[in-house]
Amino acid sequence: MYAYDEIDRTLVNERVSEFRDQVQRRLSGELTEDEFKMLRLQNGVYLQLHAYMFRVAIPYGTLASNQLRALAHVARKYDRGYGHFTTRQNVQFNWIKLSDLPDALADLAEVGIHAMQTSGNNMRNVTSDQWAGVAPGEIEDPRIWSELIRQHTTLHPEFSFLPRKFKIAITASDHDRAAIKVHDIGLRLIRNEKGETGFEVLVGGGLGRTPFIGKTIKHFVHGRDLLSYIEAILRVYNQYGRRDNIYKARIKILVHELGIEKFSREVEEEWEQIRYSSLQIDDEVIEDIRSRFIYPSYEKLPHMPDELRQAAADPEFEAWRKNSVAAHKNPGYSIVTISLKPIGAPPGDATAEQMDALADLADKYSFGEIRVGHEQNLALPHVAKRDLPALWKALDKLGLATPNVNLITDIIACPGLDYCSLANARSIPIAQELTRRFANHELANLIGRLHINISGCINACGHHHVGHIGILGVEKNGEEVYQITIGGRADENAALGNLIGPGVKFDEVADVIEDIVEAYLALRERPEELFVDTVKRLGVEPFKERVYATR
Amino acid sequence: MPLVNGGKIADDSFVKLAVDTPLPEGGDILVPAERFLGEADALLKRTGKVGVIWPNNRDIAELVPYLGKIAAVALVFPSFRDGRAYSQARLLRERYNYRGELRATGQVLRDQFVFMLRAGFDSFEVKKQADAEAFMQTAKRYSVFYQPTGDGRITALHRRMQLRHSEGVGT
Repeated sequence: MYAYDEIDRTLVNERVSEFRDQVQRRLSGELTEDEFKMLRLQNGVYLQLHAYMFRVAIPYGTLASNQLRALAHVARKYDRGYGHFTTRQNVQFNWIKLSDLPDALADLAEVGIHAMQTSGNNMRNVTSDQWAGVAPGEIEDPRIWSELIRQHTTLHPEFSFLPRKFKIAITASDHDRAAIKVHDIGLRLIRNEKGETGFEVLVGGGLGRTPFIGKTIKHFVHGRDLLSYIEAILRVYNQYGRRDNIYKARIKILVHELGIEKFSREVEEEWEQIRYSSLQIDDEVIEDIRSRFIYPSYEKLPHMPDELRQAAADPEFEAWRKNSVAAHKNPGYSIVTISLKPIGAPPGDATAEQMDALADLADKYSFGEIRVGHEQNLALPHVAKRDLPALWKALDKLGLATPNVNLITDIIACPGLDYCSLANARSIPIAQELTRRFANHELANLIGRLHINISGCINACGHHHVGHIGILGVEKNGEEVYQITIGGRADENAALGNLIGPGVKFDEVADVIEDIVEAYLALRERPEELFVDTVKRLGVEPFKERVYATR
Repeated sequence: MPLVNGGKIADDSFVKLAVDTPLPEGGDILVPAERFLGEADALLKRTGKVGVIWPNNRDIAELVPYLGKIAAVALVFPSFRDGRAYSQARLLRERYNYRGELRATGQVLRDQFVFMLRAGFDSFEVKKQADAEAFMQTAKRYSVFYQPTGDGRITALHRRMQLRHSEGVGT
């Protein structure tokens, strides 16, 4: 994990004291709500249906155990005892009081956590692969570069009032767990023929009401030029991005309207002017950032310890291990994903007690480190294989050992109409019902990898476009209606799902999903053919027929 | 509307002309871009300083031929949420080496002072009296800056390098 130095700490504290002053001026009436709105958004504070919502950044999804305890503390002291992990490696608290916010921020600042730019028309939390630094086959740890970008984009004097929000994601593995193709800028870390680190740069991806898959704007930008290249993209966007219509203000629309060739020429021209400026990064700077990432001292441990061999006799343990434990770059260790999707509960929620207990388990079994992934699950990134049985028992007691990672009940959902002032329809109750329908682990396992993503409005916070099955709630004549798409995906082969037909009512959604799944089980060529591959092979038609034949 | 110049509340010597206001005999004037580009020679011949009010959706490069001859450029924030003038300001200072007065106009509020200073503004038509009075205090709010800009403030990365090198001595 990255350890703040005195410089980082000072900035975060200065930000907290600025926000304290802003809140005070708002409460005294010196600032109008209109003036205050953007200021609070830039500190992650939304006004939702029932209360203020507070979104805290977890840069590139890496948390230390003391930081997770601080989140538990905020949940307990200022909120209703739980937090909600989001699709962009943030955590949200839904019931916080405005007057408490400066204190909550100050408490978080003590452990090096902030809420800067988790909202507003600026550069958002930089996200990355939740397995960064531990995934086998990774080129190098992308978080070094994520941290470089985090610093560069924090309180940027030129780009804090962009036409619209701006999201950057980085991956350094062949398998993209960071959904870089649906970000404003997606960065794929690669090496050139000389073995130097650089990035394939994608631009203009995004979901929302006009979804686009990002396009490659440059095949290789050398690491030393990364900041100047990003700065050039942002400068073009800041000047030419549309500001007349909030729905056309994202960079994806600018890229689409100009065309990628013209847009990239503009960027190139700007880049040539600033490429050899103080934005150029030398190796020493990278080394300095790298030196503040703390890596565990792994022991040399057996690949198949006795503890694991003995536990294999327990089918419940084995079900969990096969589902939630992934290979680590060090063969004596594993990456353990912790499902925040128990049957019947809102996806991505964790209670303060669970957070505290997880922090303890991280200290005991994972060198004090926790990760947050965009699928709204957590992970312990460095668990010795001999500890897996003990960890499983402990997780199970906490209700955190549901073996459904990447299965049909591992649903991504936005807060929807239960919390959100933008929503047109409920998301969480749909997710809850679906997890009940597919609660049987044997059935879910038989179905295999299948991602259901649910959004409660067209803004697509639940990433429905890129769900293998996407569910979008809209409002029609005062009623909640759900449009269903299939075939979307968010990985290296990112694609947008296709609509299967007319929308269906709230209480029909789960039946329709069951029909789609049954159709898939009948149509797949072999058990290994994933749902999304069957859809790719056969198209929407057979699924559509199955769903609408009897409706 | 109070003007802050050089960090203090100051008198504004400039009079703003509209597109069709008759040209005053003497005195300092701020002229809209369109009019300035149309009448530049005549405007620059008269006594008194000339400044230009430049809209945030017009390419600032058009002004480059005149930068040595004008005393002020006023950039516009129609709303504080519209950040285009930050880019124009940095281009003027950092690419075109403009050294005259660079004024922020429009919805100029306290909470943007630091960003504006960093982008190169040195003069501010501040919307609220209380904000103008709080200028110096607000400008000092931050001591750490992550990005290099033309304002010359040392960045966090640079400071770390200095620390590294000074710690390196004798060890």
